[in-house]
Amino acid sequence: MSAWSAPLAPPPESWHRRLTDLFVAHPALLLLLLLTPPMLWLGVVYLGSLFALLAQSFFSLDDFSGVIDRTPTLATWASLLAPANLDIVLRTMLMATAVTIAAALVAFPIAHYAAFHAGPRVKAMFYVGVMLPLWSSYLVRVYSWKLILAKEGILGWLFHAAGLGFVLDGVLDLPVIGGPSLSASYLGTFLVFLYVWLPFMVLPIQAALERVPPSLIEASADLGAPPRYTFRTVILPLALPGVVAGSIFTFSLTLGDFIIPQIVGGSQLYLGQAVYMHQGTAGNIPLAAAFSVVPVAIMAVYLALAKRLGAFDAL
Amino acid sequence: MRSDRRPAGIGLTLAAFGGLAFLHLPLAVVVLYAFTTDEKSYTFPPPGLTLKWFAVALEREDVRAAIALSFEVAAISTLVALILGTLAAAAVSRSRFFGRESVSLLLILPIALPGIITGIALRSAFNILEIPWSFWTIVLGHATFCIVVVYNNAVARFRRTSASLIEASMDLGADGFQTFRWVVLPNIATALLAGGMLAFALSFDEVIVTTFTAGQQTTLPIWMLSELVRPRQRPVTNVVAVFVIVVTFLPILLAYYWTRDGGTVAGQGK
Repeated sequence: MSAWSAPLAPPPESWHRRLTDLFVAHPALLLLLLLTPPMLWLGVVYLGSLFALLAQSFFSLDDFSGVIDRTPTLATWASLLAPANLDIVLRTMLMATAVTIAAALVAFPIAHYAAFHAGPRVKAMFYVGVMLPLWSSYLVRVYSWKLILAKEGILGWLFHAAGLGFVLDGVLDLPVIGGPSLSASYLGTFLVFLYVWLPFMVLPIQAALERVPPSLIEASADLGAPPRYTFRTVILPLALPGVVAGSIFTFSLTLGDFIIPQIVGGSQLYLGQAVYMHQGTAGNIPLAAAFSVVPVAIMAVYLALAKRLGAFDAL
Repeated sequence: MRSDRRPAGIGLTLAAFGGLAFLHLPLAVVVLYAFTTDEKSYTFPPPGLTLKWFAVALEREDVRAAIALSFEVAAISTLVALILGTLAAAAVSRSRFFGRESVSLLLILPIALPGIITGIALRSAFNILEIPWSFWTIVLGHATFCIVVVYNNAVARFRRTSASLIEASMDLGADGFQTFRWVVLPNIATALLAGGMLAFALSFDEVIVTTFTAGQQTTLPIWMLSELVRPRQRPVTNVVAVFVIVVTFLPILLAYYWTRDGGTVAGQGK
């Protein structure tokens, strides 16, 4: 190397070079820069709105003038305990529980088959088969059941074509779950909820099942356990976090939905409908706000329990 | 992948494929009804089949306006979500910091809580601040719950992208922007595309939050909902439903193919 060559001039400092050096020296600065826009958006737009909502639940509606009185009061909260309102909360929770249990029962075989018995091609088919309805149009799927459950629709036709019309009529005559037609009964509402939220249950269960070590199943079989026994004592306990994770979605989504019971179902209100009605036609925003805190509170308890059961690792 | 697959019992097989059929047959029903000649009710089987409702639906000005608005809202919301979701994913995946758990919770909250909560919360905030309804109030709501979709896709890919690649790039003299453009971006591109596609599908279909933030404007789902509650021309609703199925299925399938093998991530084995 020639000793005379002039020392290389440092490359001209461009602004992004200087910025890069700054970030390398202070990684926290880069982190702050990355986090600020999304946190500002969610913090201001979303959390701000949630607090605005919560605050409104401590206002009250003047029954005579229909004007919102902004003096803090617990009266609106107390009116949640009126029998009619308590009824709505209970009905919604019962429906959410029924939907969640049914979804777990229907979803388990799908997830089990896909996780343990399907080859790569069938497994991919199952995955797409569950994911497509999960992401595809909610309204179209609700609408499809309006076509199916209508009096002159497919289900009625199928039952009559099979000569089983009396079975359908018998079910509709049942107290509580029956009604004038399938599309105006608890049974109809339940079916649509089950259909619409089912994919949310399949995927977490399948994820949990796929994490069951095959060696455990082999060991159980080697030790002489019949498949049924292996299922109950090895597979099921390990799949439970997945079931709980799925139930978070099915339960929460049923609690808040106001469209399904409006389109398919009787005249009894659900939580979401009550919120919608009070904020809209009734103009009672404080009561709507108090109502909407109920599912949030229920879900907070539910999430805390689910976390204990390890459901968050299965999400 | 398990090499020692055991054959499934007949009961399990039936339950599994029956469940899958349960998820898809109703959509087939919607498609069938788009061709029925029956105008007044939901008669099954259809008395006859026709293509004429597709032409009728195309002519309807309200349908076209609703479709256009939905496309615009979904495009802008997806763009906002892509930027904010990628930034959040980059921050959360690259370092551990105080409050990291709270950040992920905050991102998930808009979809973990029932949609009606998000909707009514935004509405009451708009009311208090006296913000008038507009295109942008819809976008504000949609972008909020779309961020998490982009975030989820991006954070998974960031975690699998080796940090040594970035270090190597910087060691070789690339600055932060060059490293982002030539190393980071190519690695996360398909995950971003997939996240963007899903966010688009989600926004295009959103009805609950939109009900509260749209004012007088009609997106396609709002149009459909009003037809469900107060039907005017049933065959047109059927045709629009088929259109929605097609428009949402395509991005979902594309998103699946782009993330199926985790994309090709350079330096994965390190």
